[in-house]
Amino acid sequence: MPEPDDFAFWRDAARQLVQARIAPDQVAWSEPGSSGSLFAIGSTELPSPLPGAAVVKASKRFQSLARNAAVHSDPERFALLYEMLWRLQGNSRLMEDKADPLVRRIEEMDKAVRRDAHKMHAFVRFRKVSDEDANDHYVAWFEPDHHIVRREAGFFVRRFANMHWSILTPRGCLHWDGETLRESGPAQKADAPQGDPAEDLWRSYYASIFNPARLKIGAMLKEMPRKYWKNMPEAELIPQLIAGAQKRESQMVDAGSMVAEDRPESLEAIERAISACSRCPIGDLDNKAVMGEGPPDARLMIVGEQPGDVEDQQGRPFVGPAGQVLNAALEKIGLDREVAFVTNAVKHFKYQQRGKRRIHQSPNAKEIDLCRWWHEAEREIVKPDIVLALGASAGRAMLGRTVSISRQRGEPIALDDGSELWITAHPSYLLRLDGEAREKQVQLFEQDLRSVKERLAALAD
Amino acid sequence: MPALDTIQKLEILADAAKYDASCASSGTAKRNSKGGKGIGSTEGMGICHAYAPDGRCISLLKILLTNHCIFDCHYCVNRKSSNVRRARFTPQEVADLTLTFYRRNYIEGLFLSSGIIKSGNHTMEMLVETARILREDHDFRGYIHLKTIPEADPELVHQAGLFADRVSINVELPTDSGLTRLAPDKNARQIEGAMGGMKSAIVQAKDERKRFRNAPRFAPGGQSTQMIVGADAASDADIVGKASRLYDNFGLRRVYYSAFSPIPDASAVLPLKRPPLMREHRLYQSDWLMRFYGFAPREVMQATEADGNLPLDIDPKLAWALKFRDAFPVDVNRAPKEKLLRVPGLGTKAVGQILASRRHRSLRLDDVAKLTVSIAKVRPFICTLDWRPTMLTDRTDLRSLLAPKQEQLELFAA
Ligand code: SF4
Repeated sequence: MPEPDDFAFWRDAARQLVQARIAPDQVAWSEPGSSGSLFAIGSTELPSPLPGAAVVKASKRFQSLARNAAVHSDPERFALLYEMLWRLQGNSRLMEDKADPLVRRIEEMDKAVRRDAHKMHAFVRFRKVSDEDANDHYVAWFEPDHHIVRREAGFFVRRFANMHWSILTPRGCLHWDGETLRESGPAQKADAPQGDPAEDLWRSYYASIFNPARLKIGAMLKEMPRKYWKNMPEAELIPQLIAGAQKRESQMVDAGSMVAEDRPESLEAIERAISACSRCPIGDLDNKAVMGEGPPDARLMIVGEQPGDVEDQQGRPFVGPAGQVLNAALEKIGLDREVAFVTNAVKHFKYQQRGKRRIHQSPNAKEIDLCRWWHEAEREIVKPDIVLALGASAGRAMLGRTVSISRQRGEPIALDDGSELWITAHPSYLLRLDGEAREKQVQLFEQDLRSVKERLAALAD
Repeated sequence: MPALDTIQKLEILADAAKYDASCASSGTAKRNSKGGKGIGSTEGMGICHAYAPDGRCISLLKILLTNHCIFDCHYCVNRKSSNVRRARFTPQEVADLTLTFYRRNYIEGLFLSSGIIKSGNHTMEMLVETARILREDHDFRGYIHLKTIPEADPELVHQAGLFADRVSINVELPTDSGLTRLAPDKNARQIEGAMGGMKSAIVQAKDERKRFRNAPRFAPGGQSTQMIVGADAASDADIVGKASRLYDNFGLRRVYYSAFSPIPDASAVLPLKRPPLMREHRLYQSDWLMRFYGFAPREVMQATEADGNLPLDIDPKLAWALKFRDAFPVDVNRAPKEKLLRVPGLGTKAVGQILASRRHRSLRLDDVAKLTVSIAKVRPFICTLDWRPTMLTDRTDLRSLLAPKQEQLELFAA
């Protein structure tokens, strides 16, 4: 063989040998640099076909496999292919017999070559260098397992048609200048350039796109065996990414203050848990958790925003000024506060210290979402028919989104557990108004309470 | 706050995209850069240019244009109320980054998604502009996948289809109630409406190309979607049902499943534990059963257990076979293809090889063994010239005989 990847030469020679009826065990194939020729004792002249020899037949399937198998690095490949071609003359459908050992071996060679070609398309990494004319030139170093370099040139020409590039390999090199493809002999790794600033960017990308919550090292190794790693800039990160994964995942979980604990199943357990809770920063202020109060099987649950200064001192919900507004309104419309379970969306008092005074601060969306955990536990135990949310924060705690009170008051919103949510203003909002505006809002507030009262009665029937 | 440099922005915006399951870059029109001014090719099959330690392939630069978001979806790390670090790329920066990586053969192209900034329309405009810069200014012929914003104007979404190889619109959650609860700013009807619009545009463009060779290509790689698994109470049966309706109604190329991962700043309404990755794997297997093995969605659902979930210890095909034992044994020398495809442990390739080989001779157990990974798994369900299972399919302990050892499962599921 003149070249290790010269399929056309093999094909012509094999055809002549078959026509001359030279059996496979009479032929030795050798490629440049191999020791095979040492054992060749016969002639190296190709015999001429026997007179009247039949046309050499080969199935389509064989031809496509043989083209690939011929560039495999197995020194026996040409002999195996010849044996196959020889046997095909007697049985033209032999290739269909998947259980035949020779068929399997050739199929495996074909597969290995296709895989090698695929890995070349995937794992060639160009580095940018500049040539004398200061044009960008991209150079890669790759180590294929088989004689595929020449065969795969087309892929790179089609993809990088307007770039100047070279692919250096120990089996020969390719060079493209935007117009013509040139080949040159084998190269060494030292011939290829080192480093490219883009590799830092690429490594950052590689490290960031990896999800440490899902380590599947086996799956990675199956597709990207270690032998390729040394020529891929990103691969050097793999050991540290794997080692750090566990830590990164637990950081991800901790960052959300998500602890794998079970939700308490009694009101007492909730009370104990919230006094120790610091899922959000409010819990770390100097304050006490304030538990909801009321019948544990109340049909109505009233939810405020968070305890205020007075509530924090007394440890009970709605006992400060806003509580008084609520009580007065309930009394006026004839709804007994004692039948309701009264609680808050956020269990701790959030404030800012100004001198001796603690100024109320509204909890932010994230704090409300975190504390919702406790509030939902309460709701699971009390199982109210109706939940009355006082104010936007309470509304958010129930719905997980920002709500507009003016748009959503006066009508029930269905909740997942089958209960109904009603939304109205927070009584402390009424406290901040004067005169006519206050009159109007108080009336709306009482009207909402009345609707809830009527709805409770209707649901009881 | 000082301006972030490109590396820092890339870290933030790639990190934010890592929960996205899809990354495929295959199935689009063939193109190359010969005769053009730019760069790039697609040859039908996408190429995975690297693999991450999470086992997933990296074929595209998968990033967000920005992780700022005016929405507040609970399962999403970028939701408004989360306090993750935020960053924003310009369309030009993303285009440059894509070309920098592409020229070095790191990627097949770009998969661009974004948090909602200002409005759905504004965001969609930015996504489209990025693709336009690549296609028009740089004559880029590689792969582009754009995540479209269902809230955006249909005209903008249409432009996305003109530049992109594939578009996707995420359904996010398998049930409407789950969506209402966990993604309060999103609307199931709007999402499916956008998918429907995309489907008709794709069909129409295909039709036009049949008649006029120069008609513009429109999302030749089709549309796909993604569903988050394990963030709400939906069962595998719900999920499989939803997926098959989506395939039917919107002609989707793929439905991707993404096991809910713990995310920083997760809200309290989410489950505390992530679902086992094995669950996601079983769902993909059930997807294959429907796409390549002739299973009807109803049949996949039959393979689920009492709680509506697929078993985790065995694959769905085996689960189905154990429930319908009277469909076995299957005679490998006589049975039609459909029957062979039902045999646990026989893949489409093995079935093809059996069909080819048996034209030449009758197969023995040994022959089948050469074509399969594990003959032990296949044996109870088939007959060959020299083998017939003796009532093995009636054994009550068959499942435990065939299920992989528990420790292995744990390792794999970790
Ligand atoms: S306010 Fe709620 S979430 Fe925050 S520490 Fe207190 S109980 Fe925990």
